Amino acid sequence: MEVKMELHKTLEELRRNFKSGTTRNASWRKAQLSALLHLLRHCEEKIFAALNEDLGKDPVESYRDEIGVVEKSTKHSLSHIDQWMAPKKCRLPLVMFPTTGEVLPEPLGLVLVFSCWNFPISLALDPLVGAISAGNAVVIKPSELAPACATLLANLIPVYLDGSFIKVIVGGADVSATLLQHKWDKIFFTGSPRVGRIVMSAAAKHLTPVTLELGGKCPAIMDSLSSPSDLRVAVKRVVGGKWGPCSGQACLGIDYMLVEGKFASTLIELLKKEIVKCFGNDTRDLKNMSRIVNKHHFRRLSNLLEDPSVFSSIVHGGSLNEEKMLIEPTILLDPPLDAEIMTEEIFGPLLPIITLNDIQETIEFINSRPKPLAIYAFTKDDNFKRRILSETSSGSVTFNDVMIQFVCDQLPFGGVGESGFGRYHGSYSFDTFSHEKGVMHRRFIFEVESRYPPWNNLKLRFLRMAYNFDYLGLLLYILGLKG
Amino acid sequence: MDEAEKKKMFDVDSAALLVKELRANFGSGKTKSYGWRVSQMKNIIKMIEDHENDFVEALRSDLSKPELESFVFEIAMLKASCKLALKELKSWMKPERVKTSLAAFPSSAEIMSEPLGVVLVISAWNYPLLLSLDPVLGAIAAGNAVVLKPSEIAPATSSLLKKLLGEYLDSSAIRVVEGAVPETSALLEQKWDKIFYTGNGRVGRIVMAAAAKHLTPVLLELGGKCPVVVDSGINLKVATRRIIAGKWGCNNGQACISPDYIITTKEYAPKLVDSLKTELESFYGKDPLETKDLSRIVNASHFARLSKLLDEDKVSDKIVHGGQRDKAQLKIGPTILLDVPHDSLIMNEEIFGPLLPILTVDKVEESFEFINSRTKALAAYIFTNNRKLKEEFVRAVSAGGLVINDTTLHLAVPTLPFGGVGESGLGSYHGKFSFDAFSHKKAVLYRTFAGDAPARYPPYTQGNLKLLKALMEGSVFGIIRALFGW
Repeated sequence: MEVKMELHKTLEELRRNFKSGTTRNASWRKAQLSALLHLLRHCEEKIFAALNEDLGKDPVESYRDEIGVVEKSTKHSLSHIDQWMAPKKCRLPLVMFPTTGEVLPEPLGLVLVFSCWNFPISLALDPLVGAISAGNAVVIKPSELAPACATLLANLIPVYLDGSFIKVIVGGADVSATLLQHKWDKIFFTGSPRVGRIVMSAAAKHLTPVTLELGGKCPAIMDSLSSPSDLRVAVKRVVGGKWGPCSGQACLGIDYMLVEGKFASTLIELLKKEIVKCFGNDTRDLKNMSRIVNKHHFRRLSNLLEDPSVFSSIVHGGSLNEEKMLIEPTILLDPPLDAEIMTEEIFGPLLPIITLNDIQETIEFINSRPKPLAIYAFTKDDNFKRRILSETSSGSVTFNDVMIQFVCDQLPFGGVGESGFGRYHGSYSFDTFSHEKGVMHRRFIFEVESRYPPWNNLKLRFLRMAYNFDYLGLLLYILGLKG
Repeated sequence: MDEAEKKKMFDVDSAALLVKELRANFGSGKTKSYGWRVSQMKNIIKMIEDHENDFVEALRSDLSKPELESFVFEIAMLKASCKLALKELKSWMKPERVKTSLAAFPSSAEIMSEPLGVVLVISAWNYPLLLSLDPVLGAIAAGNAVVLKPSEIAPATSSLLKKLLGEYLDSSAIRVVEGAVPETSALLEQKWDKIFYTGNGRVGRIVMAAAAKHLTPVLLELGGKCPVVVDSGINLKVATRRIIAGKWGCNNGQACISPDYIITTKEYAPKLVDSLKTELESFYGKDPLETKDLSRIVNASHFARLSKLLDEDKVSDKIVHGGQRDKAQLKIGPTILLDVPHDSLIMNEEIFGPLLPILTVDKVEESFEFINSRTKALAAYIFTNNRKLKEEFVRAVSAGGLVINDTTLHLAVPTLPFGGVGESGLGSYHGKFSFDAFSHKKAVLYRTFAGDAPARYPPYTQGNLKLLKALMEGSVFGIIRALFGW
C-alpha cells in the first residue's frame, strides 16, 4: 500500500514537472540525449558486466545489439531533432486563400516504457531516446527477468539524466500492474502478445495510445542458390542471425526455416560447419553464446524437445546444460507441424527446418500462420521476391540477410497483426511519442457570404463550385458574371 | 421471438461468419489491385451523385438537417475526398525509397504500403453519411475489405447506406451491418485488422478494450469540449458569424468540433453577446424555432439531456439569450449563457447541442490555463489579431487541431491530420492520412551477398568490437582503421 502511495506521488510529481514546460525546449532534450551518450561511454564496462551477469552476453554481442544500437539512435536523434521539432507547412486548396496550415508536433506528456529482458539495455533506452526527443516525461519499467541490468539502469539514469522528468521504476509483475492502473499519455511495450493484451486492456480504460512491439515466428526462406559463395554467405548470416543475438531469444531472430526438400541436407551440412566455427564443438563449453535467461525458459525450451516425434527430428545438437543454462545450437528436420515447437514462438536456440516440394509453397505456409515481425528470404529470384512482398504480410521483409533492418534508422520498426502495431527507430521514434497537432491560420478578410444562413439556392450553387474547385466558375460568380 | 426473427438476428455467429467470408475474399487478393480500389471509389461518387436527393431526404428525416448543410458537410466533402483519393492513389500506393545506413551497406530499402486486411468502421449519428463513408473510403483506398456499422440513431441514413452500398459496391468485400448495441457487440467480439470508431469516450473505451483481446489497432475519433477564446481588437462581426457557423451551423451544435464554450474578458463579453444576438437574428430570424436552417435535436433522449443542462440550479438564471424549447418538435433555440459555475453539468460534459456558455476572465491570457486544466478537446479556437497571443495559444494549448480566427474549417483541409489527443481520441485521418490509417507500412531491405561485416559474427574478438564501433558510428575513417587493425 505504501509502495502504491509512493508511486502515485512520484507520478503526480512527474506530471506537474512536465506541465512546467521544461521538456518542450530543444535545449533540454539535446542535453538529455548528450547525457545519455556520456552514460553509454563512461559506463560501457558496467553495462557489459550486467549483460554478462543476466544473459552471459559477450561484450561484442552487447555492443552490437545493445550499446551500439542506442548510441547510434541517440546520435541520429541529436542531429535531426531540430528538423523533427519544426512545424511542417501544409499546402491548402487555393479556394481557401489566404489561409495557411501547418502540423506542429508536441509531446504527449507522461509516457511509460516497458522493456524486455532479452535486450534489457537497448529495449529500455532506444524507446527512451524517442520519448525524450519528442519532449515527454518518461518512466521506464525494465524487465525484472534481467535484474542486473534493471538495477544498473535504476542506478545510472538518475546520475546522468534529469530525474525530475525521467525515472526508472524496478519491480515485478505487481509493480507493472500498479503502473498500468495509472493514466499515461502513451505506453510503449516490448514483449509477448499475452502481456501485450493486458497492457492494451489497461490502456483502454484511459484511452491511452499504445505501441506494441511483440514477436511471432519469423520464418527464413532459403531458396536454392547456385553460387557456392552466395550460399556460404547466406549460411553465415543465418547462423549469425539465429544464434548470435541472445541465443535465439530475439523477437526479430529466425524462428524456423523453409527450404525445398532436395536442398535440406546440403543446407544442414553447411549450417553444422558454420555452427562449429562460431560456437565451437564442445557442448560443455559453448563459446560466444548467451545463456537462456532463467530456469522457467530453460524448462520451456527443453519441453519443446521432449515430444518423441520432435526429439526424433533433431539432426544436430540437442544437448542441454542446465548448470550453465546453455542449450546447444539445435537443428530439427521436419518436426510435426502441430507440435508446440511449430505453433509457439520458440525464442531459443532451436531451429526447425521445414521442407516443401516447391519453394513457392512457402508463401502459403507463411500465410496460414499469424503475421510475424519479420520474414527473411534468401533468394536471387526477382519474381519470387515480388510474390513474397505482395502476397505475405509481416512487420518487415529482409532479403538475403537477417536482422540487419534493425540498424537502419530510416526504416520503421514494428509489427502487424499478432506481431504488434505502431513503430519506432529514427524519426518514427519521435513521431510515436508525439501528437501531430494540425493548426489552421485564417484571416478576417475575404469573407464568403455563402457560408452563412439564411440559405438559398444561390449560396448552394456557389458552394457546389467551391467544392468542385471550379475556380473559373467562382471567379465569374464573384464578378457577378455567373448567377 | 419466432423463427423468422431469430434468423434475422445478427449475433456473434453471424458476425464470425461475416468476418470469415470477408477474410477469404480478401485473401483472394482482389481488393489489393489498383483497378478494384479505383472502381469502388468511382462507384461511391456515382452513388452519391445518383442519389443526392435521397441522402438529403434521409438526413432531413434523421436530423432535420437543412439541405445546404447536408450538401456542404456531407455530400460535397465526401465527393471531394473521393476525388482526391482517385487523383492521388497511385502516388500513395507507390513504395517509398529510403536511405540505408552505412552499417547495412550495401543495401537498398523501401517502405511499402499494404492493406491491413478486414477492417470495421463504426460511424456516428450526427454526420451519418460523411462519418460512414469517409473512413470507408480510406479503407478501400488502402485495399482493405470493410464492414460498416452505421449509427442506429440515424435510421433513415443507415438503411439507405445498407441499400445503396449493396447496389453500387462490391459486396464480396464491402458490407453494411445495421443494428444497435447487440449487433455492435457481436461485431466487436471478432478479430479485425483495424477498428475505426467515431463517437464518444465511453463507447471508445469499450471498443478499445474489445480490440485489446485481439491486439487490433484502433483509431478513435472522439470529442470533448472545444473552447473558443475571443480576444478584443478583432473584426467582431466576422468572428461572430464564424462562431455561429461553427456552432449552430454545424448540425445545431451537435458536432464533435463545434465550439462548445467561449472564454472572453469581462470587458469584452457584453459586446460579444450583443454581436451574437444580432447575427443570430440575421441568420435565423426573430423566431429561431420556426427557421428551416437549423437541424433539430436528434431525439427525445438528447433533448432531455440538454434540458437538464439548462434547468440546473445556478445555470438557468445565467441565460442571456434564447432558451426557447419545443419538446414535440425536438427544438431548442440558440441559447447563450453567461458565467455559469465552473462545476456545473453544462461545463463538465460535452454539450453537443445549441447551448453556448460564455465564461469570462480578467485577462484573456488566463483562458489558456483554464483550457489546460481540462481534458484535451478535439479542437480549440481563438479569435485574435495579437501575434504574441496567437503564438502562445498555438504553443500552450493542446488539442486535436487548432484554428486561428475561424472555427471547424480545418475539417475540410485534406493536408491536415484530423484526429484527437488524450480524451478526444487517438489516430487521425483525411487525405493521405486516411490511406495511411488503414495501411501497414512494411519495411523492406534488399541485401546483396557481397559486403559483409565479419565483425558482426562470432567468434567475437576485440577487433570485432573496434570494427563494430566504427561501423555503428558511420565513420568511414574509423572503419578503415579498424579493418587495418589500427
